[in-house]
Amino acid sequence: MTERKKNAFKKQFLSEGSEWTFDLLAKYDKKISELAEEFRLDTYPNQIEVISSEQMMDAYASIGMPLMYNHWSFGKQFLGTHKNYQRGTMGLAYEIVINSSPSISYLMEENTMAMQALVIAHACYGHNSFFKGNYLFQSWTDATAIIDYLLFAKQYIQTCEERHGTEQVEQLLDSCHALMNYGVNRYKRPVPLSPQQEEAQQAAREEYRQRQLNQLWDTIPKTKRPKDEKIQRFPAEQEENILYFIEKNAPLLETWQREIIRIVRKLSQYFYPQKQTQVMNEGWATFWHYTIINELYDRGYITEGMLLECMQSHTNVVYQPDFDSPHYNGINPYTLGFNMMRDIKRICQNPTEEDKEWFPNIAGSDWEKTLDYAMRNYKDESFILQFLSPKIMRDLHLFGIRDDQTKEHLKVTAIHDEQGYQELREELSAQYNLGNNEPNIQVYNVNVRGDRSLTLRHYMHDKRPLNKEPTEEMLKHIHSMWGFPVKLESIDDQVVIQCWECPDKTTEEILGKAS
Amino acid sequence: MTHIIDRRLNGKNKSTVNRQRFLDRYKKHIKEAVNQTIKQRSIQDMEQGTEISLPSRDVSEPTFHHGPGGVNTRVHPGNKEFHQGDQIARPPSGGSGGGSGDGQASNQGEGMDDFVFQISQEEFLDYMFEDLELPNLVRKQLKDATNFEYHRAGFTSSGTPDKLNVVRSLRNAHARRIALGGKKRKRVKEILDQLVDLEEEQSESQQDNTNEVIRAALIQELEELRHRLGKLPFIDDFDLRYHNLIKVPLPSTRAVMFCVMDVSGSMTQAIKDIAKRFFILLFLFLKRNYKQIDVVFIRHHTTAQEVDEETFFYSRETGGTIVSSALELTAEVIEQKYNPSDWNIYVAQASDGDNWDDDSIKCAKLLMEKIMPQVQYFAYVEIGSRFHQNLWEEYKQVAVAYPDLFAMQDLTDAADIYPVFRELFERKEA
Repeated sequence: MTERKKNAFKKQFLSEGSEWTFDLLAKYDKKISELAEEFRLDTYPNQIEVISSEQMMDAYASIGMPLMYNHWSFGKQFLGTHKNYQRGTMGLAYEIVINSSPSISYLMEENTMAMQALVIAHACYGHNSFFKGNYLFQSWTDATAIIDYLLFAKQYIQTCEERHGTEQVEQLLDSCHALMNYGVNRYKRPVPLSPQQEEAQQAAREEYRQRQLNQLWDTIPKTKRPKDEKIQRFPAEQEENILYFIEKNAPLLETWQREIIRIVRKLSQYFYPQKQTQVMNEGWATFWHYTIINELYDRGYITEGMLLECMQSHTNVVYQPDFDSPHYNGINPYTLGFNMMRDIKRICQNPTEEDKEWFPNIAGSDWEKTLDYAMRNYKDESFILQFLSPKIMRDLHLFGIRDDQTKEHLKVTAIHDEQGYQELREELSAQYNLGNNEPNIQVYNVNVRGDRSLTLRHYMHDKRPLNKEPTEEMLKHIHSMWGFPVKLESIDDQVVIQCWECPDKTTEEILGKAS
Repeated sequence: MTHIIDRRLNGKNKSTVNRQRFLDRYKKHIKEAVNQTIKQRSIQDMEQGTEISLPSRDVSEPTFHHGPGGVNTRVHPGNKEFHQGDQIARPPSGGSGGGSGDGQASNQGEGMDDFVFQISQEEFLDYMFEDLELPNLVRKQLKDATNFEYHRAGFTSSGTPDKLNVVRSLRNAHARRIALGGKKRKRVKEILDQLVDLEEEQSESQQDNTNEVIRAALIQELEELRHRLGKLPFIDDFDLRYHNLIKVPLPSTRAVMFCVMDVSGSMTQAIKDIAKRFFILLFLFLKRNYKQIDVVFIRHHTTAQEVDEETFFYSRETGGTIVSSALELTAEVIEQKYNPSDWNIYVAQASDGDNWDDDSIKCAKLLMEKIMPQVQYFAYVEIGSRFHQNLWEEYKQVAVAYPDLFAMQDLTDAADIYPVFRELFERKEA
C-alpha cells in the first residue's frame, strides 16, 4: 500500500453508519465514478438495481441474465442454490454484473453501506470497464443488443412451446445445452448479434436454409456424373462449431428447430469471452475496488471502520488455500488475477533487477497505461504467459504436477525457483487454455451419398481420453438432432484409439467391421 | 450517468416455472424419494416439507469431458517441501491432494454427491397422496346434498336493489333512449339542414317573406321536438337489470373421522404406534379433501370411551377386549352428533385382531345394521403378525356385503403403513 496521505485531505465522510439509503448509494456512486474517471476507467453507463436475496437466487438460476427462456435445468440450478443458501453452506455473491449497455449490476439489499460501495467499485467500474475494453468482448459480443436478443429468444422459444409442445422444445434445448461448449467459433470472428434485424431476417433465413439443404441432400440422380469426380469429404474443412454445423446441415430438422439451435449458439458465443478471461476480469475488478476504496479512505470520504470492513471482505475474496488444505479447490482466480494486476503496478513503479530482466518493456513505465494495455489486449492464457512474474510464483509457492497414467508416481515438473519459472509459467498458462481443458471435437465428415451418418473426430490432447458415460449421452443428443447415425473417433497421432457410435456399437464392432 | 433502480418490489418468483418444470421432469424419481421418506420419517413431521435427494447421475446434464487417463499437468499453490523432479505417490482418487484433481469437473454435478433440494409441505402431500381418492364421494355429493350455494347465472328484470347491475341497466336505458328518440332526432337533423339551406338562400336573394315564415315554422317545430326529446326519461323501470342467482346444491364439506382402537393388554406400544401413524395418514388425507374435519377418538377394552387425543394414544389403562362396545359407541355418537346427511363419516379401526369369542358375531351384526348404512368408508387394519382370529373372519363377510364401503388390510410393521394405505384408497377404475 502506498503511504497514507491522511493529512492531505480534510475528512468529509459521506456517511458514518452501516445502513444504506438510495441517496447514499447515489452519493457514493458519484464519488466512485469521479475516482474512476481520474484513473481513466472507460465504462458503459451504469444501471444499479437493488434486489432481495430471493431475486438474487432467481438471477443465479438464469445464468445471471435478467431474462431468459424457460428450461428445467434453470429450475434445477435454482433448487440447488436455494437449498445451499438455506442450509448456510453457501453465501450469495454480493453482486452480479451483466455485460450489456447500460451495464446492469445487481446489489443485494442485505449488504451494508460499506459492502455496497465495494460492490459499486468492483462491478460498476471494475467489471464494466473490462467488458468495454477487453478485445474479446469487443469483438465477440454486442453489449447494446444482448438484452433485446434475450427478449427475442425468450419470446421465440415461448411461441415454439405453444406451437410444438413444451416437451419437444425441451428435448431440443437439452441437446443444445449439452453441446453449448461446441457452439462457438474459436477463431473465426462472428458478426455481432443484432436483434432487430434478427427478427426481420428470420423468415428469409428459414427459406434460404431450406433451399441450401435441398441442394445438399438432393437425391435425384444426376444424368451425367463426371467419372473422375473424387469422393470429397463434406464439410471440406473440419468444423469446430458443431451446433452451427447441425443448424445448417442436419437433414431432418424443421426450421424452428434450427432457429432454436441458433439461439443457444449465439448465447454460448456471448458467454465465451467470460470463460476465457475469468482471471483477468476478476483480477481487474478486484484491483480496482481495492484501489478505489483505499483512495476513498485516503481522501477522507469513508471512515476507518468502513475501510476495515471492505478490506476484510476483500481479504476473504482473495484467500487462496494451499493445495493440501481441505478447502482447496484449484487456484482462486481472484487471488491470481489481483496479485498479477498489483504486481504489474509494482513492476512499473518499483522494478527490481529481476523485473528489469524479465519485463524490460514495462519495468519503470506508467502503471496506469500498462495495466490498461494489458486489460485490453489479453485473455487469461496469454495474460499469464506474458505477465506472470517470478515474484508471484514465489509468493504463491506455485508448483507443477504431472500425472501420467502410465507411470506409477506423480512428478513435480517445476517449482518456484530459477530453473522452474519459465516452465511453470507455461504450464499455468496452458491450464487456462480452454482448448486443452475441453476435449477438441470437430465435425469430420458426413456420408452424404450413403447412410447420411455424421462423423466427429476427437483430437486427443496429452493422450487424454473422453469420459465414457457422458460421451455416450452426448452422442444420443447429437443423434437426436442429426437424425442419422453419429460416430465419434478419438484420434491420437492419426490413429483411431477409440470409437463411439449412436445407435450403440462398441469400439471393437466398429473397428472390426472396418477391417 | 448512473441509474439506481429499486427492484425489490418486482416479483421474486421468476424461477417458479423452471422449478416446476424440473419437478415435472423428475416426477417419477421424486415420488420414489417421497415414498422412501415416508417409511423413514416419524409421522409427526409428515406435515412439513421435505428434502428430496436424487442421485446426481440422474439429473446431470452431460457434456464432453476428459475421463481419467492420459497425461495431465496442473499447477497448484502452497508448495512446502517439493523440488523439481520429485516423485510423489499418487494420492487416493478423489482426494484433495495435489495431482488427482480434475479441477473443472465438479461444477456440472458429476460428483458422487446426491442432488438435494427442498419441496414444500403442499408438494410433499401432493406426491404422497397422488392417485389416491376418497371412495364413494360421488354419492354423497349428489344425492344427499342439503347445503346450497348461490351462483350467479345471467340477469333478470326483477330483483332487489343490491343485486342491481349498473352497467347493464344503463346500457338498456341508453338503447331505449336511442330507440324512442330516433324518429324525432332524425327530424331535428332535417330541420337543421333546412335552416342552413334557408340561410344560404337568404344571403343570395334579398329579403323574402315566404322564407321568413317557413323559417319561423321550422324553428317552432324544432323547439317542440327538442322539448319532447328532453322529456324522454334518462332511466326507466324496465331498463333495470339484476343479477340472477340460482341455488346450487353444495356437497357437504364437513367430515368426521372416527379413530377406533383397541387398547387391551395385547396391544403393545409398538402396535399402538403403528395404529397412530395410520390414523394420522388418514387424517392428513381427509384434510386435503374437506374444509372441516372432526376427529372422534374411541378406545376400548371391555368397555368403550370417547377420549381426547392424548389419552387415546398414551393412556396406559388396559383390560380385556370386547370390540362391539366400541362399535356401539360409534353408532351412538353418529346418531347424536353427526347426521349422515350433513357429514361425511369415515371410520378407521385398528386392532390386533383379539376379541372375546362370542363378540365377533355381534360386531359384524352391528356393522351391517347400524354403522355401514351411515358411513362413507370403513377401514379396518389389523396390526401384528399373528394369524387371523375370528374377528377377521366375521369382518370378511361384511366386506362381501359392502364391497365398496368396507376395506380391511393387515399391517405387520411401520414400513407397511403407507403401501397399505395406498391400497385402501387407490383410485379405482370407474
